[in-house]
Amino acid sequence: MSTETQEHDPLLAHQFEDVEQQTDSYVLGMWVFLVTEVLFFGGMILAFILYRNMYFPAFAEAHQKLDWRLGGVNTIVLLTSSFTMAMAVWASQKRDYGKQLMFLTITVLCALAFLVIKYFEYSAKFEHHLVPGTNFHFDGQNQNGVQLFFGLYFALTGLHGFHVLVGVLVIGVLMFRVWKLRKQEQDYVPTELVGLYWHFVDIVWIFLYPMLYLLGGVHI
Amino acid sequence: MHGHISSPATFIKTFIILLILMAVTVLVATKDLGWLNTPIAMAIAICKTAFVVLFFMGLKYSSRLSQVWAGVGLLFFIILIGLTIPDYLTRHDLPGWSE
Repeated sequence: MSTETQEHDPLLAHQFEDVEQQTDSYVLGMWVFLVTEVLFFGGMILAFILYRNMYFPAFAEAHQKLDWRLGGVNTIVLLTSSFTMAMAVWASQKRDYGKQLMFLTITVLCALAFLVIKYFEYSAKFEHHLVPGTNFHFDGQNQNGVQLFFGLYFALTGLHGFHVLVGVLVIGVLMFRVWKLRKQEQDYVPTELVGLYWHFVDIVWIFLYPMLYLLGGVHI
Repeated sequence: MHGHISSPATFIKTFIILLILMAVTVLVATKDLGWLNTPIAMAIAICKTAFVVLFFMGLKYSSRLSQVWAGVGLLFFIILIGLTIPDYLTRHDLPGWSE
């Protein structure tokens, strides 16, 4: 029994046949989770498409109130973080944990930069009375449609922002783990799974940016 | 495929393509193309998603089962959007429909 245990790959959990099956199972589980996330965001995106269709003039007017430049900067920031996340997975596969920690640090910094920019965008909306509720104020006949747009804007970007925040925490825990075990051989799969989640968050923004900031036209 | 390691060159190329597509989508938004603006913006977003999924997420090299699940996600999303929108767009045309 003891010899058999020693032959085992230390990275292999006992319920799996081999590392390949283990890796495939972990990755598959993450994809199943991401499918539920697609439907989670999908329902809200569907609501946005329908209301945009019903109140198009109001939505086109409301969308001019968003700063497409800040949204664009945030898109670049998130794309960069996705790139460094992919590089972190590569470094982990190469067992270069110093590099991996560096790439993960850049990813977290990008995520925090995204949230800071989002904070400034939200503050401006509060200042201009564009947050739905009793303080909402918008001149013109489209004010109800505009309020609806901002309700969906805050719901969609809020839910996305929450995912970014969760991403920061999860990457933080991963970094601590990688640092703690830096002297020994590590499985790259945890990094791979966090990466899958992070790329998904990036994809959501890839759709939110044109939907909220660009459709209806941009004036340079 | 198990143990596939994508090279940094692949990631750098993907990253550059994503940045170019992002610039294109902003550029297209500055032009008034009428009804074409929305389909073009969405087509670019879908294109960007394909690059992220295939290369950053490595779905191209994942197990068949993971690929099927990613396809399931896409299929469910298409059903969600694709069956609801025609309903909303056409229900007013039905005889006997009232708000």
